[in-house]
Amino acid sequence: MSTLRVEGVTVRFGEVTAVGDVSLTVEPGVTGLIGPNGAGKTTLFDVISGLRRPTAGRVLLDGEDITTRGPHQRSRLGVARTFQRLEVFGSLTVWENVVVALESRRRPAKLARELLERVGIAEFAGNQADTVPTGAARLLELARALATDPSLLLLDEPSSGLDRAETDAFGELLRQLSAEGRSVVLVEHDMDLVMGYCDHVHVLNLGRLLVSGTPDVVRAHEGVREAYLG
Amino acid sequence: MTALLAYTIFGLVTGGAYAVVAGGLVLTYSTSKVFNVGHGAIGMVMAFLYWELAENRGLPQWLALLLVVGVGAPLFGLVVERFVMRRLAGAPVGITLVAGVGLLVGLIGVAQVLWPPQARPVRPFLDQLGVHIGQSFVSGHDLVTLACAVLVAGGLYVLLNRTRTGLAMRACVDAPELAALYGTRPARLSALSWAIGSALAALGGILLTPVVQLDYVTMTLLVITAYTAALVGRLRSLPWTFAGALGLGLVQSYAVAYLPSSPFWISFRAAIPALLLFVVLLAMPQSPLRIGGVRGSRGVAVPNALTTGVGAGLFAGVVVVLALLVDSVVAGQLALALVFGIVLLSMVLLTGYGGVVSLGQFTFVGVGAVTVARLGSPSPVTLLIGAGVAAAVGALIALTALRVSGLYLALATLGFAQLMDKLVLQSPIAFGVRGSLQVPKLVESATAQLLLCAAVFVLVGVGVLAVRRGRLGRRMIAVKDSSAACATLGLNVRWIRVWVFSLSAAIAGLAGGLFAQLRETVAASDFQLFNNLPLLLFAVIAGVTSVSGALLGGVLLMLLPVLQSGFPAFAGVAVVLLGVAAAGLAREPNGLVGWGFRAWSWRRA
Repeated sequence: MSTLRVEGVTVRFGEVTAVGDVSLTVEPGVTGLIGPNGAGKTTLFDVISGLRRPTAGRVLLDGEDITTRGPHQRSRLGVARTFQRLEVFGSLTVWENVVVALESRRRPAKLARELLERVGIAEFAGNQADTVPTGAARLLELARALATDPSLLLLDEPSSGLDRAETDAFGELLRQLSAEGRSVVLVEHDMDLVMGYCDHVHVLNLGRLLVSGTPDVVRAHEGVREAYLG
Repeated sequence: MTALLAYTIFGLVTGGAYAVVAGGLVLTYSTSKVFNVGHGAIGMVMAFLYWELAENRGLPQWLALLLVVGVGAPLFGLVVERFVMRRLAGAPVGITLVAGVGLLVGLIGVAQVLWPPQARPVRPFLDQLGVHIGQSFVSGHDLVTLACAVLVAGGLYVLLNRTRTGLAMRACVDAPELAALYGTRPARLSALSWAIGSALAALGGILLTPVVQLDYVTMTLLVITAYTAALVGRLRSLPWTFAGALGLGLVQSYAVAYLPSSPFWISFRAAIPALLLFVVLLAMPQSPLRIGGVRGSRGVAVPNALTTGVGAGLFAGVVVVLALLVDSVVAGQLALALVFGIVLLSMVLLTGYGGVVSLGQFTFVGVGAVTVARLGSPSPVTLLIGAGVAAAVGALIALTALRVSGLYLALATLGFAQLMDKLVLQSPIAFGVRGSLQVPKLVESATAQLLLCAAVFVLVGVGVLAVRRGRLGRRMIAVKDSSAACATLGLNVRWIRVWVFSLSAAIAGLAGGLFAQLRETVAASDFQLFNNLPLLLFAVIAGVTSVSGALLGGVLLMLLPVLQSGFPAFAGVAVVLLGVAAAGLAREPNGLVGWGFRAWSWRRA
C-alpha cells in the first residue's frame, strides 16, 4: 500500500504547458483522475511512472523523493502502469507478455496463467498479442502490470473497448485490487465506473487541478460541469 | 599564414562538394523517409558515366555534365523511386536500409562490368582559369565547385521555401495522408525528390573526381562524410547540413596540414570522417521513448526443442553424406559457406530478434580472426578467446552508442566499423607490417574442416534458438516492440541491449576464428569495411529471422564470388535479382526462406 504525493509538477512542451503546477495526493484505495481531453492526465502518468521528467516539481512515493529515478527503478519500488495507446509486445504471445513482466521481478512463470484468468483473457493466452481485440489488449496490459506485484497501479483508460458486463466485472476487480492493499489510480472517461468505484476523485482541466474530493463532492462542483460542457 | 589560407580554401572547396551531395541526401530523406545508403554509389556511377561521355567519347565538358546531371541521374532516380523505394514507404528502418545497401552493391557490380578497372583521369573544369588570393592559387575547378555549392544551396532554399511544390514537400514529411487530402500527390513529390537527389549525388561525384581518383569503392564510401554533414542537420535542416559539410571539409583539410605524418596519424586522418560521424551521433539528443500504438512483427514460427533436435539431426546427416561424397575443393567451399552462416546467425540474434540493424558486423569477424591468428596455437581454446575479445568490443559499441536507436544506431555501427577498420584492422597493430598472418589449422583435411564448421554451426544455431525461446529472447523482443513498457516493468533496457550486442559479437568473433584457421592466411584486406554491406544484404534477403535463413545466406555468400568468376555477365543478372529481392522484402520481411515457410504452412493448413 503506497501513498503518492505529486508536488508542484509542471510539464512544458515548448510554449505549451501540458501540466501546470499540479499538487495532489493519492491515498490507498481507488482514486479517479478525470478531465476533458488534453487535460494532462496521461502526461501526469508519464511523470509519475518516470517516462517523462517534469519541467518543475517533485514526485514522492511514501515520502521518498523519486523525481530523478528512472522508470525501471520506480517499477522496483512498486509503481506499475498501463498505456492509453496500447504498448503490448506485439510480436510475443499474450502469455509471453505476462511472463516477461514476471521474470523481470524474478517471480515464477507459472503465475502467468492465473493472472490471465484473473483479468478474464485466458482464452487468448497462445495468440500473438498484436492480433487480440482492443479490450483484451487493455486487460493484457493490466495483467502484465499486476505481474510486477505493484503497490501503486496507474490505469490509463482501461475500460474503453469493454462492453457493459465486462465493465462491471472490471469494477469488481478494481475493488479486489484495492482490498489487496494496492493503491489504484484510474484515468477514465466512463463516469459510471468512476463515480461507482472510486473513493476519491481529482479533476484536471487544461493542465491544472480543478477540484479534489469524494465522487459526490466532484459531481456537485460547478466548474467540473463547465469544463466538460463548456 | 599563406599555408593556412591555402588549406582553408581547399577545405571549403571539398566541403562545398560534400554539401552538394549531402543536400541531395537530406532532400530525399525528408520527403520519402528512406535514408539512401546507396546515395554515394549513384554519385560514383554517374561520375563514371561522365568520364565515358567527356573523356572517352570526347563530348564537350559542359554537354557531358548537362547530360549526366540533367538527364541521366534524374532518370535513374525516378526508376529507383518507382520500382523499389515507393514500395518501401513506411517499412521498418532495417528494410529501407537494406534496399539502399542493395542499390549500392548492385551499382558497384554494374560499374565494374561496364568500366573494368583501369586508370581514368578526368580533366578538371576550366583548367586554364584560376585566381591568386595572396600567394595561394584557386583553380578554375575550385571556383566551379564553390559556385555549384552556392547555387545548390540557393536553389534548394527557393524550392522549399518559395514554391508551392516545396511547401507540399515539407507538408508530406509530417503527414503524407493529410497532404494527399489537400490535393498534393505524395508519390509524385517523392519521385521529384529522388530525381533531384540523384542529380545532386551525380554533381557532387563529378566535382570530386579530380580530388579523389575515379574508383568504385572509394567514391561510394566517400559519402560517409556526406552522412555526417546530413546528421549535423538532423537529416532535416538544409542550412545546418551545408554548415556541417563546410566544417567537415575544413577539419579534413587542416588535419592533412597540421597533424604529424607518422604511420598512426596517417591512418588517423583516413578515419576522421568516421570519427566525426560517430561524434555527431553521440552528440545527438537521446531518442525519446516512443509511446503509443502496438508494434509487432510476424517472425517465422520458432521451432520447439523437438523440432530443433530433428532439424539439427537432419542437417548433420546431410553434411556427413556430403563430406563422404564431395572432393576437398567443394568441402572447403561448403565449410566456408557454414562459416558465413555462423556470421549470419549472429545477425539473426541482433537484427532478426533484437531489431537492431548493424552495418558493422564484419568488424567482429575481423577481431575474432586477428585474435586467433595472433595467438597462433592449434587449440580450440583460441576460438573461444577470439569470441571473448569480439564480445568485449561489441559491449564497447553498445555502451558508447546507448543513446541512439534505429537508423542512427545503424549509422553509428557503420562509423564504428570504419574506425576499427582504419585504426586497427588496416594498421600494423592487427596484421603486422606485412599485412597478413599465418594461422595454424585446427584440423588438417578439408573434410574434417567441413565437419568442424558444421558442428559449430549446429551448436550456435541450437543456442540461438534456445535464446529465442528463453528469458533473454523474450526480453529482446519486448524491448524491440516497446522499450517504454519494458522500462515500466522494471527491465533495464540498456543492459539488455549491451547483452545482445556482446552475444552477437561473440558469435561473429567465433566465426572469425574459424575463418582464419580455415583460410590459413588472413590479411587486412579480408576485413575491409565494404565487406559489411553484402553481409547485411544477404542476411536480410535470405531471411534474418530464422536459422534456415542464415544457412541459405551463408551458401549464397560463398557462391557469389564463384559465380562472378565463372560468368562475368553475372553481375548484371545479380543486380536485377537484388532489386527484385529487395522489393519483395516489403511483402515478406522474413526473406527468401520466409516464402518457403509460407508455402509449408499453406500445405499443412
